[in-house]
Amino acid sequence: MLPYIRLGPFLLQTSGLALLVGVWVGLTMNEKEARRLKLQPDLVYNLVFYGLIAGLIGARLAYAARYLNAYLQNPLSLLALNPNTLSAIDGVLIGILAAFIYGQRKRLALRPTLDGLAPGLAVFMISLGISHLLNGDAYGAPTTLPWRIFLWGEYRHPTQVYEILAALVVLWVVLSRPFGSSGSGLNFLFVVALSAGARLFLEAFRGDSLIWPGGIRTAQVVSLIVIIISLWLMRAWSRSQIQPQAHTVEVAS
Amino acid sequence: MNLDSFLKDNRRWTALTLAVLAVGILWTFASRAPVAANTGGAPPPSPREGFSAPDFTLDLLDGGQVTLSDLRGKAVLINFWATWCPPCRAEMPAIEKVYRSFKPLGLEVLAVNLTDQDNEAEIAAFIQELGLTFPIPLDRSGQVSARYTLRGLPSTFFVDQQGVIRSVVVGGPMSEALIQSRVEDLLKETQ
Repeated sequence: MLPYIRLGPFLLQTSGLALLVGVWVGLTMNEKEARRLKLQPDLVYNLVFYGLIAGLIGARLAYAARYLNAYLQNPLSLLALNPNTLSAIDGVLIGILAAFIYGQRKRLALRPTLDGLAPGLAVFMISLGISHLLNGDAYGAPTTLPWRIFLWGEYRHPTQVYEILAALVVLWVVLSRPFGSSGSGLNFLFVVALSAGARLFLEAFRGDSLIWPGGIRTAQVVSLIVIIISLWLMRAWSRSQIQPQAHTVEVAS
Repeated sequence: MNLDSFLKDNRRWTALTLAVLAVGILWTFASRAPVAANTGGAPPPSPREGFSAPDFTLDLLDGGQVTLSDLRGKAVLINFWATWCPPCRAEMPAIEKVYRSFKPLGLEVLAVNLTDQDNEAEIAAFIQELGLTFPIPLDRSGQVSARYTLRGLPSTFFVDQQGVIRSVVVGGPMSEALIQSRVEDLLKETQ
């Protein structure tokens, strides 16, 4: 665990750095995949970029809306460079919405674009695991297994390492393009289903689960729903497969 | 590997979906969290969210002592700082403002000074200069900052009425809105 590096007077958050590197490598891989799918790489790049910017701004505004009183008294705090005042889930939803609107305006075909994003998503999941390892988040339940790690006062499952290994497997699968390179959107859905499957399995070893009555772990239920929706969509999309030429991008004038 | 043909076989795909659903439900039930994890009393002490704040007893700058566990029942903001740390100094007025606003509602602030790396005369002068009214515990041995595994200054721990850390902010200066939002969360839980 190495959550911070001191650089003179500055304290660099290594987990944030890992996520930034993940986004950068993911964007590079998305560009390559976009070229392979005959999409315009700069449009796919912009799609993610604008999604991230909108997500960050949305996350801060959503946080401020939750604590409206505090921000009305100190409106300049909206501009504070502090990642602690971001509402993550709202930011993700707003980012996805902004990317979707951008894609619609630029007439990016949905399914090939999603396939173009699949490798980047898989890389980002690896960087998420690394960021958890660096700051000790997503920690495991206590265990006596030989590969346990000492974290937060106890010997625990190295769930962050499990998470990284699972994400590496997902990346390997997505790079093998199990549903071909036609831009059917199936590779993206498969990445989502596999990532949700990994979470469903690995959540059992976590020590920080959000738990419902009866001991049911919330993340497992959500993951199972995501898997079933992904499988259902894969079936539906495979029935209406589009031809490779049909998704050539038209740029809005 | 090409799963496309597998996907087009209706029966096989339906069987796979049902199998995934069944295994997923079974695994979810089999890996339910033990009841003790949910209701087994206070979590062990550790300096992170969801764990009990490590207890300490320290001398105060203006005399007397404070013990963290004696403040059980109050929301507590523990801020680690030193006079030589510019962001620590910069955020003190915001902490003071929030302290004055929320003290009547049950907030306590412990601004733990890393006295093993500081100077008591300078601490006193700084407190007087800013007119800070919250208690200043002095960590003369450095043991408390070691227990909280500080990696940077300032570091702030927001502790609820059960003595559990609800959030940690490393680095600063914290904005007044950030401090107020975390304190509001603590006091909501207290009610």
